[in-house]
Amino acid sequence: MSNEVFTLRVNGIDHDVADSWLGESLLDVLRDRIGLMGSKGACTQGECGSCSVMVEGSLVCSCLVMGATAVDQEIVTIEGIAPVGAPSDVQQAFVDAGAVQCGFCTPGLVMAVHDLLERTGSPTDTEIREELAGNVCRCTGYGRIIDAVQQVAVRRGGSA
Amino acid sequence: MTVDERSRVSAPLRPGTIGDSPVRPDGIEKVQGSYAFSSDLSADGCLFGATLRSPHPYARIASIDVSGAWKISGVEAVIDASDVPGQITYGLIAEDQPVFASEFVRYVGEPVAAVAASDPETARRALDAIEVTYEVLTPLLDPEVAIAGDHPLIHPDGNVIRHQRIVHGDPAASGDIVVEGTYEIGMQDQAFLGLEAAIAHPDPGGDGVELHVATQWLHEDQKQIAACLGMPVDKVRLVLGGVGGAFGAREDISLQVHTCLLALRLGRPVRMAYSRAESFLGHVHRHPATIWMRHHATAQGRLVNIEARFVFDGGAYASTSSAVLTNGITMTQGPYRCENGTVDGFAVRTNHLPCGAMRGFGAVQACFAYESQMDKIALAAGISAEEVRLRNAMRTGDLLLTGQPVLNVAPVEDCIRETAALPMPDEPVGGFAMPDGSPDAMRLPGGAGRTADAPDIVRGVGWGVSIKNLMYSEKFDDYSTARCRLSDGVATIKFATAEVGQGFITIAQQIARTILGVDDVVLDRIDTGVGSAGSTSASRQTWMSGGAVDAACRAARERLFEAVGAAYGLEPIQLMIDGTDVVDTIGDLRIPVSEASAGLEIDETFEYHHPPTEELDENGQGNCHTAFAFVAHRAVVDVDPELGLVKVVQIATAQDVGNALNPLSVIGQIEGGIAQGLGLALMEEIIQIDGVIRNPNFTDYLLPTFLDMPPVVATLIEQPDPHAPLGAKGVGEPPCISSTPAVVAAIRDALRKAGVDRPLERVPVRPSDICF
Repeated sequence: MSNEVFTLRVNGIDHDVADSWLGESLLDVLRDRIGLMGSKGACTQGECGSCSVMVEGSLVCSCLVMGATAVDQEIVTIEGIAPVGAPSDVQQAFVDAGAVQCGFCTPGLVMAVHDLLERTGSPTDTEIREELAGNVCRCTGYGRIIDAVQQVAVRRGGSA
Repeated sequence: MTVDERSRVSAPLRPGTIGDSPVRPDGIEKVQGSYAFSSDLSADGCLFGATLRSPHPYARIASIDVSGAWKISGVEAVIDASDVPGQITYGLIAEDQPVFASEFVRYVGEPVAAVAASDPETARRALDAIEVTYEVLTPLLDPEVAIAGDHPLIHPDGNVIRHQRIVHGDPAASGDIVVEGTYEIGMQDQAFLGLEAAIAHPDPGGDGVELHVATQWLHEDQKQIAACLGMPVDKVRLVLGGVGGAFGAREDISLQVHTCLLALRLGRPVRMAYSRAESFLGHVHRHPATIWMRHHATAQGRLVNIEARFVFDGGAYASTSSAVLTNGITMTQGPYRCENGTVDGFAVRTNHLPCGAMRGFGAVQACFAYESQMDKIALAAGISAEEVRLRNAMRTGDLLLTGQPVLNVAPVEDCIRETAALPMPDEPVGGFAMPDGSPDAMRLPGGAGRTADAPDIVRGVGWGVSIKNLMYSEKFDDYSTARCRLSDGVATIKFATAEVGQGFITIAQQIARTILGVDDVVLDRIDTGVGSAGSTSASRQTWMSGGAVDAACRAARERLFEAVGAAYGLEPIQLMIDGTDVVDTIGDLRIPVSEASAGLEIDETFEYHHPPTEELDENGQGNCHTAFAFVAHRAVVDVDPELGLVKVVQIATAQDVGNALNPLSVIGQIEGGIAQGLGLALMEEIIQIDGVIRNPNFTDYLLPTFLDMPPVVATLIEQPDPHAPLGAKGVGEPPCISSTPAVVAAIRDALRKAGVDRPLERVPVRPSDICF
């Protein structure tokens, strides 16, 4: 335990983190100290992407980032993507396309897809697969997730 | 192709009913991160449990000194085998697994003690402070040694868990073609993403407990936990915590008893949550197997006789090994006619990690062997892989080697023909080129980081076709329970069916909407407050719990018709549901269900049982299975023969689904299952050396990613099964059964085109198996 208090800015709100231990991962700080349970821990070594969040505009595995190093940076988690009950286009497409089964990988994938589509409006099949290869899904075999990504890309392109 | 005119004039599908693909009721919560998985559950004042595990595959425990743990501030409880108040062992079939090891540890990772502390880190430090003195013993690691009886018993129940033979027809029958091989299947992990987690709330006074846990079978857990706690079953209440995938790994007890013991000891809520490394130790795996088969066939490639020997390594405890063995050996012939067979099957105990249920459950191992054999017969007969399967395709009424007739719809030939009719991939060998015409490294086997050269790439095509038994077998009284309440146009459905991601909750709503003519279907909490649903396994819940929901809703509908009949002076039998109305089939009455059910309090519970099955006799004869489903897979792969790299380009499949209640969910099961079959073919294996797991993490235990998984093209073979309550067969397991041999066959085919003949008799196939 550490007596140091630090502040994390998550989804636009400052959170004082009082009882974190030195070196505690951002994932554990988000979940256990701040109470944002949407980011999931499945491998805790950066292989599966379930814990993906945005830190200062970059998609990261929050299990690989020390919580205390993320001070003074804008952190966005799955809870910050859209208000409860008003899902984003990516979130709605995941539901509609059948991209969700158990749903444990889903928050991390939603983060990764938002990031991908911010950077690449019309990704090719290869680009989608390469960009999302850091997110493991054990249920879906990925087909419906790719379908969801493509649906959003088409819709966003159509409204541009 | 002809078009069925009847289908053109049928009424349009009412949204949300059977045959539609409505969205999951938990979908929005899951995409927004607000869905509570079992690992997200907490409570005020809750403590954290952790488990001390054996570092040895086989050892005698000389002493356990827990005093060091008690010296750590924040430690609230330390328990071991001496603290188990009830039955000291548990198990799904044989109760042979200790809650905590007492005299012996029998695998690396076996629980020895547990602690509860104020936070997870303190709990882990407390584990380090417990001193266990072991007298290390020589482990039993070779299944053949277990069979031979050359090792002292490592468990009082013996070193052979089950031996079962099948003898059918003429054991001397032979033909012009005789092929044989010995096939090995590695130990696969279910690798669900949502790690084991639970929270136990003790009742005030400590005479009961409520456990929220991610599991596949609430009532079986309840029964086993209560026995170990020494409590009546009704004092142990289970609630389904959000389940992050299962695939068989949550059928056995893991942390359930430990969590309850700690909570009851302390009178405070206790959470336990495994890490990934602990999860690899804490649940059962797919059995590694060695299978020898010798097939006899006519010169035309028609099966005459099959000889086989199966050895399943069950690891240290029995779990479901005896049932896995039954599935494996009774699927020896695959989805093919064969009148003669002699099969010898063993499930043995070793000091490896315990093995039990994983999607496909014994049928996966058998299929890799028999499908590899079918390809050898095709080569010997000079016919195609597709043709040898068509010539032998099983039909309804054909017998298994157990003597059991396959009475279900058995569209094996349709599965093969419809798969063959699916388009081959557009992508050229070596992948689509870059805009400038150069090869796209991303599309090559091994991807950008590897060094495959486009000119070296060869393409192969392979087939796999399989049979899977649905539901439980061998005289098990398999049932599921559902309760339906109907009032004011709202149906409320309750069941204990574990929703593990497969989407039963979606089809439960669809069934209720269809039967009752309501749009509003509320799903009650999934817990032990209603009768057992049986396990979410064996591809059984659509049939069993679907059947229970269907029947409960039909019973509620009868009560509704009686009420309407009484109100309007009509016979209930005249009434039916049309859309969302109750209508009189011989008169003019038409009233909305919401109006017809206003003020009623209809409440019906139904327990659905499938017909009884039989045990196998000493010759393996008997109608031991309930029902069967079939599927065909065709894999297209690109291979670099020199580097041993493989890229799966496409999987085509036609699956016997009976009636697709929710086509989008069926596609999800097909694609997801194929990914797991691909994983077994190419990359997934738990490595144990001298009984010690070497890769308990996702860096070294490889899972298929977006880049590994190819597009799937699929046809649903919809021939409603008259034995199934809704005409629907289970669809979860078949996709992962024959996809594995299809991928391996495609690699063999590619290598033959490159002038190399490799047997590839072991999965997962390693690069070295291809190169050398």
